[in-house]
Amino acid sequence: MNNSTFKVLRPGINTTYQDEGRFSVQHLGIPTGGCMDHQSFLLANELVGNKKKYGVIEFAYQGPLLKLIKGKTKIATTGNIFFKITNLNNETIIGECNRSYNLNEGDSIDILATNKSTYGYMSVEGGFKIESFCNSVSTLSKKGIGANNGNKISLEDKIITNTNRKNENNFKASILLDNPNTIRVLKGPQYNFFSEKSKKLFFSQSYKVSNLTDRMGMRLAGEALKNVINTNIRSEGITKGAIQVPADGQPIILLSDGPTIGGYPKIANIITADYDLLIQKIPGTNISFKCIDLKEAELLYKKKRDNISKIIKNIKEIN
Amino acid sequence: MLKKLNNIGDSAVVCDFGDEVNQSINNEVIKLFHYVKRQAALGNIEGILNCTPSYNKLLVSFDLAKTSSKNIYDFLNSIQLKNLNFKQNKKTWIIPICYDFEIDLENMSRELKLDKEEIINIHLNSIFFIYMIGFVPGHPFMGDLDPKLFLNRLKTPRVKVPSGSVGIVEKFCNIYPYESPGGWNVIGRSPTKLFNAKDSVKPNLLSPGDTVRFKSISKMEFNNYINEQ
Repeated sequence: MNNSTFKVLRPGINTTYQDEGRFSVQHLGIPTGGCMDHQSFLLANELVGNKKKYGVIEFAYQGPLLKLIKGKTKIATTGNIFFKITNLNNETIIGECNRSYNLNEGDSIDILATNKSTYGYMSVEGGFKIESFCNSVSTLSKKGIGANNGNKISLEDKIITNTNRKNENNFKASILLDNPNTIRVLKGPQYNFFSEKSKKLFFSQSYKVSNLTDRMGMRLAGEALKNVINTNIRSEGITKGAIQVPADGQPIILLSDGPTIGGYPKIANIITADYDLLIQKIPGTNISFKCIDLKEAELLYKKKRDNISKIIKNIKEIN
Repeated sequence: MLKKLNNIGDSAVVCDFGDEVNQSINNEVIKLFHYVKRQAALGNIEGILNCTPSYNKLLVSFDLAKTSSKNIYDFLNSIQLKNLNFKQNKKTWIIPICYDFEIDLENMSRELKLDKEEIINIHLNSIFFIYMIGFVPGHPFMGDLDPKLFLNRLKTPRVKVPSGSVGIVEKFCNIYPYESPGGWNVIGRSPTKLFNAKDSVKPNLLSPGDTVRFKSISKMEFNNYINEQ
């Protein structure tokens, strides 16, 4: 069982190793982090036959250009991305998302862009050879935490896989793309801090996803909301998907790498079932919020999980 | 002292100890935090992902695939807080601070009508209790300051506060572990490393419930500390 090695010829944007995230450490000020799009993460591992939830490579808008300089491996890409694979004879194929490919020494994979989405993923059979911190390889580059010495993947880096290819077969998943711009939420603990008019406005207006959006948070632009009680609260623990409204009345949705505690009123929280959908929205997209209750949120999450299980069960072997 | 439980989204429940912020309430929060964390580690309650104590609240977040709000409510409601026996191994820390790196002493002196020396002396003689760690890794929120030093946040937060900066707001004192934006009144800088991203077992120097006192050092001593790390 030999390792394979990729060389990074172009790192792409915000390219990092991510797994499911880092738990039981939020009280130390460490955010959970992990893959922004959980479904794509799970699928990426399944498509290369990984039984474990190994760390994968995540990128935003543009992925890396990698050349396999040693060994053979099997890779898969997930999300909605455009990529090419080129072999030593300069033969290029346009890659298909949500399936695996066998790569031989000398092959390159060029992940050119995400298509109408923010995040894309690449997995390898057997996972990457990377170090973990507090039981997770997820990289929090702003704080120097996680795999790759806490850094983003950069030019000339060597990417090493755990094992080389075990079987020649490839696999493919079928996903129905359903991409609504209505995101469902539960009312937040400080919902009543806002004027009656602003409460209605929050659910009726469409918000533009601003380009001040990253793994930490998503800033929205719309007509300002009016807080009639207090624009600050005593700092308290927060989770991803919390929609905070600071004094300027423009909501900020806290995401996976966000702060562990926050001192702004929370008007609402994204339901867990819609988180993957939300984070894939690119800047400029108009989104709106729909209020549902806890019971429905729990049912929708169960439905989402059942759907992922179905997709995984229906993964087909090809060639 | 636990007043009520509320959902924050579909995957977290917050235990609310009321609006007041003091050490005895915070001790109760920390007691519940340790109990829940231990029960989760022992497998007595499934699906808990994180417990995050703050001044007067405990946030319990969970994996919706493994449990639900109802289970977490039932579990939290079954806890008899006053019957919990908990002795925390609380530590006392002496943290070096160099007041030469202050940014706001001049304005503070004017606003508080105190000499810079007096402000420094009051700060040096305060015994701080760590209420919570968070916002960013390793960042301590401490209290309580002498009311003579109570100040509001800066009207316009700074875009960049140097790492190690020691700030005060109201009755609280903090230490910025990273260079970051911030609105606290900066009275000095500490060379002490609060967070170690290479130590998986104990990345944080300080824990909630610990006690902190500051020790004044010169710029030269400050540089020696930095070089030793």
